[in-house]
Amino acid sequence: MILDPLQQLGRKGLAYFGRLGRGHLFLMQTLAAVPGLVLRPGLVIRQLYSVGVLTLLIILVSGLFVGMVLGLQGYNTLVDFGAEESLGVVVALSLVRELGPVVAALLFAGRAGSALTAEIGLMKATEQLSGMEMMAVDPIRRVVAPRFVAGFISMPLLAAIFSIVGVYGGYFVGVGLLGVDDGAFWSQMQAKVDLNDDVYNGVIKSFVFGFVAVWIAVFEGYDTVPTSEGVSRATTRTVVHTALAVLGLDFVLTALMFGD
Amino acid sequence: MRETGRNGQQAVVQVRGLGFSRGERMIFDGVDLDIERGKVTAIMGPSGTGKTTLLKLIGGQLRPTAGTIVVDGENVHELATRDLYRLRQRMGMMFQSGALLTDLDVYANVAFPIREHTDLPETLVRDLVLMKLQAVGLRGAAGLMPAELSGGMARRVAMARAIALDPMMVLYDEPFTGQDPISMGILVKLIRELNDALGLTSIVVSHDVQETAAIADYAYLLSDGKVVDQGTPEMLWKSASDWSQQFLNGEPDGPVAFHYPARHFRDDLMQGGQSR
Ligand SMILES: Nc1ncnc2c1ncn2[C@@H]1O[C@H](COP(=O)(O)OP(=O)(O)O)[C@@H](O)[C@H]1O
Ligand SMILES: [Mg+2]
Repeated sequence: MILDPLQQLGRKGLAYFGRLGRGHLFLMQTLAAVPGLVLRPGLVIRQLYSVGVLTLLIILVSGLFVGMVLGLQGYNTLVDFGAEESLGVVVALSLVRELGPVVAALLFAGRAGSALTAEIGLMKATEQLSGMEMMAVDPIRRVVAPRFVAGFISMPLLAAIFSIVGVYGGYFVGVGLLGVDDGAFWSQMQAKVDLNDDVYNGVIKSFVFGFVAVWIAVFEGYDTVPTSEGVSRATTRTVVHTALAVLGLDFVLTALMFGD
Repeated sequence: MRETGRNGQQAVVQVRGLGFSRGERMIFDGVDLDIERGKVTAIMGPSGTGKTTLLKLIGGQLRPTAGTIVVDGENVHELATRDLYRLRQRMGMMFQSGALLTDLDVYANVAFPIREHTDLPETLVRDLVLMKLQAVGLRGAAGLMPAELSGGMARRVAMARAIALDPMMVLYDEPFTGQDPISMGILVKLIRELNDALGLTSIVVSHDVQETAAIADYAYLLSDGKVVDQGTPEMLWKSASDWSQQFLNGEPDGPVAFHYPARHFRDDLMQGGQSR
């Protein structure tokens, strides 16, 4: 009796490490299949549409609103110090360094990641993956790798679009509604936002987040327990795990990049 | 290793001493089977005996815990991945669910293996696909999506896809289950005719005794991880084995008990309101 919780803990631990191992093995297999896609660009392009283009709308709308909120909050704080001219810097830095990559990754997980997991999971549950294997077609090459590449390419672009739209949202509120000087908004931003320190680091973040988000999404789909309940759990796990991984990694990366 | 089958002819599939378990549970325990070339061989048994598992073992998707499976002279589980894939191109499998790719229409589903494995020009692919669809009577359904097909049609499309690459052998998993009498009749006829017309070897896994027995040249009965009976359908109907009689005639009680193993009924009732 007393051993029951211990046993459970052990079983859970083993299952956890088993998954971790499978996840890495799966990543290796997927990466090994990526070069072969050069011969079949059509597969990736189709996925770029469903992974990237269909996520675009939510990225545009969210970016705009986040930028507008930043403009409003930034203005209210800065105006107390008479520094509202710096609004452009505040908006741009918040977006490029943090909110662009992070929020875009969270939205990506919710819109594209969950869809990827559900799609692959359902293909597994309906024996489509198994069927492919029996037709001597490797599902990792045919199904997983194109989606992985499409996600990896899309995420940084989406994050960049998010940041750009956000800056315009902040501009609209700050300059358009609250009367910040137009020239100061842009010139301060130009002077204070550093290409190397800020923009490159933000881009690196978005690549890392994209990699992790799409890895989790395709793995959860591929590792789904092939039942309807299994697919629904896997989809939830994709969103939750991606959110946790992105936020955790964001702290680590921020500490490494800006921590001195 | 030129082992010979029952008639002195080399069998396409030779299963020897097959053992397979899932966790604690033993699914196969020393199964020997021979699938002869050009014949329709039935493998019958109650649900959950591992019929689907057996097909997946033959296709190399699962690995046996004991014994060997030789397909067309090659030991399936010793092959490198590349060779296994090459072998699979010579086998077609029809899954119980059909396993059609839901994002492709019927035409593209049948074309899928051809496009994946050959560089044929599109006009030739088209001819091949229409030929296969014609063979299963669904040329007119080429433009439909899998969701628009009835169960029987989906299986026929899966059949057309299974023979798309002109395999030497086709494996059918429960082709008749859940079909109305007309679809059932069509499927029965198709399996036999395709086998003979295309010179295939067919393995039909099923628990639909009448239909399967009608087209099988030879049949194995599986139960509890073992081959309990085998022979031509006529031999099986006359079989002395109680188990075979119960299974073939669908009797509710016999060697396979009606009751799932349980403790004495009285003890269960006497427990009153206590939780179990
Ligand atoms: N993926 C799996 N994991 C664990 N057990 C399984 C799995 N697939 C099948 N089984 C078990 O193996 C046994 C044989 O299954 P199966 O081959 O599908 O039987 P059949 O096709 O004869 O109905 C069943 O008892 C089933 O519960
Ligand atoms: Mg089955």
